[in-house]
Amino acid sequence: MRSSGVPLVADLAGALAEVVGGAHVRGTPTGINVRPGTTEEAAAVLRAATEHGATVLPVGAGTTIDWAPASATDVQLQLSRMDAILEHSAGDLVVHAQAGALLADVQAALAPHGQRLALSSPFDAGTIGGLVAFDLAGPQRYAHGTARDLVIGSTSVLADGTVAHSGGKVVKNVAGYDLGKLYTGSRGTLAVLPDVWFRLHPIPEATRWVIAQASDTTSAATALAAVRASQVAPTALQVRAHRGVIEIGVQLDGVTAGIDVRAEAVCALFDEFGPGVENDRPAGWGALPETEVLLLLTYVPGALASVLDVLGMAAEVNGSAGVGVLHVGCELAEAAALLERARRVTATHHGHTVVLRAPAGAELDLWGPQDPALRALMLRVKDQFDPAHTLAPGRLPTGI
Amino acid sequence: MDRTVLAARFREQLAEKSVITELSELRTYECDGLAHYRVTPAVVVLPQDTAQVQHCVRVCAELDVPFVARGSGTGLSGGALPHADGVLIVTSQMRRILEIDVANELAVVEPGVINLDVSRAAAPLGWYFAPDPSSQQVCSVGGNVAENSGGAHCLKYGFTTNHVLGVEVVLPDGQLVTLGGRSRSTPGYDLLGAFVGGEGTLGVATKIVVRLLRKPESVQTLLAGFRSTDAAGAAVSAIIGAGVVPAAIEMMDALAIEAAEAAVHCNYPDGAGAVLVVELDGPAAEVAHTFLAVQRHCEDNGSFEIRVAADDTERALIWRGRKSAFAAVGRISPDYIVQDGVIPRTALAEVLTAMRELADEAGVRVANVFHAGDGNLHPLVLFDDDKPGEAERAEEVSGGILDLCLSHGGSITGEHGVGADKAKHMPKMFTAEDLDTMQRLRCAFDPQGISNPGKVFPTPRLCGEVPGRKKQAHPLVQAGLADAF
Repeated sequence: MRSSGVPLVADLAGALAEVVGGAHVRGTPTGINVRPGTTEEAAAVLRAATEHGATVLPVGAGTTIDWAPASATDVQLQLSRMDAILEHSAGDLVVHAQAGALLADVQAALAPHGQRLALSSPFDAGTIGGLVAFDLAGPQRYAHGTARDLVIGSTSVLADGTVAHSGGKVVKNVAGYDLGKLYTGSRGTLAVLPDVWFRLHPIPEATRWVIAQASDTTSAATALAAVRASQVAPTALQVRAHRGVIEIGVQLDGVTAGIDVRAEAVCALFDEFGPGVENDRPAGWGALPETEVLLLLTYVPGALASVLDVLGMAAEVNGSAGVGVLHVGCELAEAAALLERARRVTATHHGHTVVLRAPAGAELDLWGPQDPALRALMLRVKDQFDPAHTLAPGRLPTGI
Repeated sequence: MDRTVLAARFREQLAEKSVITELSELRTYECDGLAHYRVTPAVVVLPQDTAQVQHCVRVCAELDVPFVARGSGTGLSGGALPHADGVLIVTSQMRRILEIDVANELAVVEPGVINLDVSRAAAPLGWYFAPDPSSQQVCSVGGNVAENSGGAHCLKYGFTTNHVLGVEVVLPDGQLVTLGGRSRSTPGYDLLGAFVGGEGTLGVATKIVVRLLRKPESVQTLLAGFRSTDAAGAAVSAIIGAGVVPAAIEMMDALAIEAAEAAVHCNYPDGAGAVLVVELDGPAAEVAHTFLAVQRHCEDNGSFEIRVAADDTERALIWRGRKSAFAAVGRISPDYIVQDGVIPRTALAEVLTAMRELADEAGVRVANVFHAGDGNLHPLVLFDDDKPGEAERAEEVSGGILDLCLSHGGSITGEHGVGADKAKHMPKMFTAEDLDTMQRLRCAFDPQGISNPGKVFPTPRLCGEVPGRKKQAHPLVQAGLADAF
């Protein structure tokens, strides 16, 4: 493709080294790894890559890099050098962080002010960028939502090198389109986000977990539904299931003066199971099953029992029953059959099943059926933001 | 485009009375809540259902006629201001609440449903719809979706976008898509999140799945009188700084109090330079404990009178003054401009002082009502249109206030939207690249540029052809006849 006859890789690597310095470019088996230090460098990298007709995968700590589909790109744009907390306005409860910053480091910086980002990642070493790109969230999503509900502003770099901002540093803001929502969960296919503004929440004075082992899916679902219908105002409602053992849990946040009354109220609803109240986060709370294959199931929350019944003994479940989002894992041998069952039951209950992680060559239908008109609209959005399809090809439903 | 041709095409599927072409009737739709911009549309249609909306939009797309959607017409930025050569699609006939499903914490409504009616319908079951703009007795859920409406309780509960699970949309080319749904995390892009707050430029919502919340066990409200806005602001800082997240925390200054008194006789504390309305909600034990702390913070920061609502009636009375504020200024001034700027809450004292100086210099009165917790100001810039020069000076002060908000890192609009009113201010807040990037989204949804054109962005972006995927170099480059730079 080069009129000059110089191989793509050498030519592009040279161009990238001119932007970021030779120390921050290296060849790897999975593409040229380049680490910009500033937004301007990131823009120049993307511009160079697009001009060379190369593909680019934005990378943080690589925690989801093996998630399906693990297609290779010419360039890995790694944001690890851009790891600063740019601004924390404690009085306004907002923080401005770069994409390469680790969530754990951000939380540690906010904690002395009695504040936190109301998000948890299943990955200890996860970056802010990864959190936003995948719209990761933990159990507290029931009360606080996911990254898409907490991002208030962003800087974005498009494949052609355009640097743009949307939103801002104030929580109340409806000026212009909310591109932050569009970018969150887009897995790097629309833009690279070098930095993001989040709204923060105070760290609660007290937290309790009420945990119980349910005897069957129906009673588990009934008990959780009773909590949702109560006025205890839970932060999280979780369910774990494996080999017929079902555990349900509720997290409560609040003031010390009020929390035990609320925990007692939940215990009363879990009474038949002999619940326990814990002051520390239970082991495995919000963890992802570490199986070969990982699925994400969504459905209307009232259908929990139906969904669990269909999954069967081979499935390991850990999910946010309160909002109807489950992470379900299994080994590859059971995956195709489990996927088909899961897809059918979630579709019945107004939801979806997607494959988050699978071994290379697994040949699973990652996304399932999609409405053609919706697919076409998403493709039009992709074509507007990244007409050359430089960014993260194959990371979202076919064509994007 | 001939009005009668258009009307005839609409009448292919809409009833006679649902297609309006008579001038005096058209005039009743010439403005929304922003009454000083008026434009008479060519035709007004009142569809009954999704299929009829689709038909209208398809006709518009075919004939290249712009359309504007309108719910209750209460918007404060001219978002529903008609296009003179265009069609106004009024959704007020689509007002059925289709489902209340508390087991799944949702409701399904048509776009013309009044915001408060959702909560009224869910109330017997103990649930409610959280977004509560002051106009909630009149405004439509479809309008809330278009503007991403807020309200007094959004400090704790977020905005419309945090309470919508799905929207059925007629795209500007007439196709029907569902963005989101009844469950979370639709695969692919969060086009739902992009659509909410799109101010009618991305299509027409014909069905909305909203989140419902369980009513809190306890609600406690107080009204606190302070000698000055500085003192009240310090109390707000203390409350927020203590880690309290009130359900609402509102402030009014002396002029706004005077207006509210004249209008609804709310009997706010005598001699108050400012009042705070603070509301907490949640589990009873939590609220009781935190409420005492809030009262202490008010006292510690100079509150000379605190009234605690003993019941719902007293609570409603406390809120009445605040909720009537916009309309109430009509009692103390013939005309006014209502602003919607946002500043970081920590800049409140500084900005209020600067605003006072700005207003005094111009000889203009400004009444202040605002969401103290999140820095969303509603300065009411008062003037008398009959007195020469007053309108111009009021506009100047208005613009100056927006500039102040921006120079402190805020926003030109916290909840009313950009619409027609603030499009010209967008370049003060965003660069050309910022606006161009946003409009890429618009081009994806509305390449023809017929969905509420002229709103939000001062200069439209040419959508042109959608570029094809470029996998190969240009043929001339491939042939070695040219280089690409």
